[in-house]
Amino acid sequence: MIWAGVLVASAACYVLKLAGLSLPSRWLQDVRIQRTVPLLPVALLAALVAIQTFSLGQHLVLDVRAAAIGVAVIAVLLRAPFLVVIVAAAATAALLRLI
Amino acid sequence: MADAISSLDRRKVIRDALGIAIASGAYALSFGAISSTSGLSLLQTMCLSLLMFTGASQFALVGIVGSGGSIWAGVAAASLLGTRNALYGVRLSTLLKVTGLRRLAAAQLVIDESTAMAIARDKESESRFAFWATGLLLFAFWNLGTFIGALATNALTDPKVFGLDAAPPAAYLALLAPRLRAREPLAVAMAAGVVALICLPFVPAGIPLLIVAAFVALYGLFGKSR
Repeated sequence: MIWAGVLVASAACYVLKLAGLSLPSRWLQDVRIQRTVPLLPVALLAALVAIQTFSLGQHLVLDVRAAAIGVAVIAVLLRAPFLVVIVAAAATAALLRLI
Repeated sequence: MADAISSLDRRKVIRDALGIAIASGAYALSFGAISSTSGLSLLQTMCLSLLMFTGASQFALVGIVGSGGSIWAGVAAASLLGTRNALYGVRLSTLLKVTGLRRLAAAQLVIDESTAMAIARDKESESRFAFWATGLLLFAFWNLGTFIGALATNALTDPKVFGLDAAPPAAYLALLAPRLRAREPLAVAMAAGVVALICLPFVPAGIPLLIVAAFVALYGLFGKSR
């Protein structure tokens, strides 16, 4: 039974990925759609940042991850290199948990 | 070729992609471990990382099975969380312009990280390179991490240990930054974060992102055009 679930879910996830890539390009030619589509990943990734920072399961929480993302925001504003931003955020979370 | 990207840019993209891939590989250790302790065999665990290859969906499926839920509830949750990849795909289709077998291969690599790396670049040629480099490196490290984690199961498998749970949101934030310099995307991003957190306690995982996408669609299609 687990095997069936693993395979069905994997197939479903792949079909979803492929479906997005396979929209006929003429569907995307409308000016309003061309304006909207680039905003989609921006909004989804921003929402993910919020969810991964301020929630645990279905609960809103405020913990060391908020401080870690605060450090990441400062690093980004200071135009720190990408890897520095990630390491600074992870180190902040790890160090605060040690205290 | 006007479309070519310099070897310097290439190196920079690969360095960043490798950074994300290694962090994800470390995260995959905990996926492998959780999957094993949830009762999935090594082969089933590896199938998830090889075939499903989308982290949030994988964690949801094994989490539900591990807590005694039905495998089909896990399938539903994993699919729901996978819907965002379809939306990423819509955006990426205009950047990647892939057809045939290349599209079938590209599809498997459509995930949060490869999308974030692609939209962080200003030139389309760089976006395409960033997508493939991130997708392929991450696929390798994610599966390697899963394998080791599934065998080790206990030591070093809590993502909290090295603050790894803070790494993905920090990475997405850094990759979004170039897009957030204009006022409209910045406003959309902030609103998206707020909307996601407001609905999160009330709806199953995966739904908040669909609500956010619906808001973006309404705003883009019916909002005042500038």
